[in-house]
Amino acid sequence: MVKMVEAPEGVEGQGFFATSLDKVIGMARANSLWPLPFATSCCGIEFMATMGANYDLARFGSERLSFSPRQADLLMVMGTIAKKMGPVLKQVYDQMAEPKWVIAVGACASSGGIFDTYSVLQGIDRIIPVDVYVPGCPPRPEQIIEGVMKIQDLARNESLRRRNSDEYKKMLESYNIETQ
Amino acid sequence: MSMAELNNENVLKALTDAFGDAILHSEMQFGMLNVEIPADRNLDIIGWLKSNESLKMEFLTDLCAVHYPEQKGRELAVVYHLHCWTKNYRMRIKCFVSAQKPEIASLTGLYNAANWMERETFDFYGVQFSGHPDLRRILNMDEMDYHPLLKQYALEDETRDDKDDSFFGR
Amino acid sequence: MSQLDTRNYDKFVSTETIDGEIATLNLGPTHPATHGVFQNVMKVDGERIISSEPTIGYIHRAFEKLAERRPYNQITPITDRLNYCSSPINNLGWHMTVEKLADIHVPKKVDYMRVIIMELARIADHLVCNSVIGVDTGALTGFTYVFQEREKIYEMYEEVCGARLTTNIGRIGGFEREFSPVFMAKLKKFLKEFHIKFQEFDNLLTRNRIFMDRVIKAGPISAEKAISYGFTGPNLRAAGVDYDVRVMNPYSSYEDFDFIIPVGQDGDTYDRFIVRQEEIRQSLSIIQQALDGMPEGAHHADVPAFYLPPKEEVYRSMEALIYHFKIVMGETPIPVGEVYHAVEGANGELGYYLISDGGRTPYRLHFRRPCFIYYQAYPEMVKGAMLSDAILTMSSMNVIAGELDA
Repeated sequence: MVKMVEAPEGVEGQGFFATSLDKVIGMARANSLWPLPFATSCCGIEFMATMGANYDLARFGSERLSFSPRQADLLMVMGTIAKKMGPVLKQVYDQMAEPKWVIAVGACASSGGIFDTYSVLQGIDRIIPVDVYVPGCPPRPEQIIEGVMKIQDLARNESLRRRNSDEYKKMLESYNIETQ
Repeated sequence: MSMAELNNENVLKALTDAFGDAILHSEMQFGMLNVEIPADRNLDIIGWLKSNESLKMEFLTDLCAVHYPEQKGRELAVVYHLHCWTKNYRMRIKCFVSAQKPEIASLTGLYNAANWMERETFDFYGVQFSGHPDLRRILNMDEMDYHPLLKQYALEDETRDDKDDSFFGR
Repeated sequence: MSQLDTRNYDKFVSTETIDGEIATLNLGPTHPATHGVFQNVMKVDGERIISSEPTIGYIHRAFEKLAERRPYNQITPITDRLNYCSSPINNLGWHMTVEKLADIHVPKKVDYMRVIIMELARIADHLVCNSVIGVDTGALTGFTYVFQEREKIYEMYEEVCGARLTTNIGRIGGFEREFSPVFMAKLKKFLKEFHIKFQEFDNLLTRNRIFMDRVIKAGPISAEKAISYGFTGPNLRAAGVDYDVRVMNPYSSYEDFDFIIPVGQDGDTYDRFIVRQEEIRQSLSIIQQALDGMPEGAHHADVPAFYLPPKEEVYRSMEALIYHFKIVMGETPIPVGEVYHAVEGANGELGYYLISDGGRTPYRLHFRRPCFIYYQAYPEMVKGAMLSDAILTMSSMNVIAGELDA
């Protein structure tokens, strides 16, 4: 019993289907997110289990992992980010094209986790904007999948003009990220 | 002399016979022999332990440092763990250096494994290993200007503002 | 000229290049194949590597300084995160170190229970390493088969301690509770069925012509060099030296078990792969022996000053309440002294050098991390190699970033 994605509301007829552009693009984006697994430590191994056959993230459209940021939609930061790694993460984020989403998987990416030390960045939201935080140390694969599902909700309901709006640009400036 | 079996007594005796009063202090800690030697003799004594036919300590298990801020003049202890596989014997060698002038000879000529271990010790404690081919920081950022594992420095990043120390019992 | 002649690296180690141009390639901290974060700046001539300079520290979490702040039983969660593919071995090694310092003798039953858990962790880690060697040659199927088996091991950990990956398993002095009947049933099922699935994985890669051509003679190291660089574990055994801490300095009743130490010849990637495959089989045999010979007894030592009393007693008896309070607040009676204890981790000799001054936290705790020590030899192992061989060498050395940087 395979559950297909439901069509959005619209007017249906013989050979045509009319709905709003937002809904169609939202549906397409949400069900075909290409994640970039930025796996640094233990959460990365749980991610490998999530990609495995038992929990299977590929069911949610994330079949093709992209290790190149230029081709990815969703940056999944899994694991502790040390201060030495911060500039690398920022550069990877900058290279991604809009629309892009960021999910912070695990306690270390969300807030530094148990490592309240001089060398660990206390949460990646100090350097890049984050959409969804998945707590856990490491989070169970089901939690990671729920995080991806929340990103799917965000992608489905996002307005097409959001990335060009002033509010979004102001937020990026607060992170010192250049906007064209 | 050749020893078929190594144990703490005959190793200590071999060391004191060969080096006399360079063996400053020795004690047993939970079954392992600890020998303290002067910091400027580490290369020849450990080299002798490696090349001597019956001792043959050819494996450097570990190299680290310990900071004792109260012992003035002897604040930093560089600790070597040696292991002889053929006779299954382990021992520990300690050399004390002062915090003002933390210099000691590097063992990279004897054991290749000492290379990164000495860089880590330099990174954490500031111990200068003379003769090391490439002594620079390895785990921390290159721009860091202090040696973090010394006891006077805090564990946390002092500039952080999101964690309230009063909740953490500090 | 056979395929394998191109791996005669000595011919190619020179700075004379074909068209005079040496490129710098940054095998950066983020790379595909999720090995972990470490960087290699390589100078390449075409596809030949002339020199390589590793940079590590991208996940330095300051474990050693963190350990000086935490009481002894709170250090177990941070030892989990050293080699996170086989965290029970790290946890139990730490418990054994503290028991050595505090002179606690655990019953033989605890030793056998520990052996079962540690060998399961070793199997889990070797499965990851070998399947990732397959992935790096392009063979993704083995990886998906193997991770199903790892799920079964995760389920067993969950029965014992509640967590899948970073287990924080056991306590100083033993285990929290007996192995439950569910765990025993899962373990017996695992022992019966795993070797069939493992044989399927083995059939895919071990005698596969393409795989063998890719990995034979890739990244070799001689036994003398390996000893000088401080190699231990499967990487050293692949080079021909049969050093295993479980045999040299037995701990946790390993002397009761009968197992062989697989040893390779050239120290190349194929030998490392085969050594790990064989070690998985030996671990299965050890688990079977431990299960068959499990003695009767308590699941923990009788040390109320270190081992939390059962909750029913805490609610009823005053002494149990006081012990519970003291242990949770970290006021355990650890003697003054220093101890070095080593266990055979999945990557080699994992050592704990603990100096205690009698206080509630260690004065100094240093981890002798096998990955950190043997990764130094990587530039030498790939000098003159092709880039794809260098990737395979790195993945076959099983470099886990958590253990590298600590």
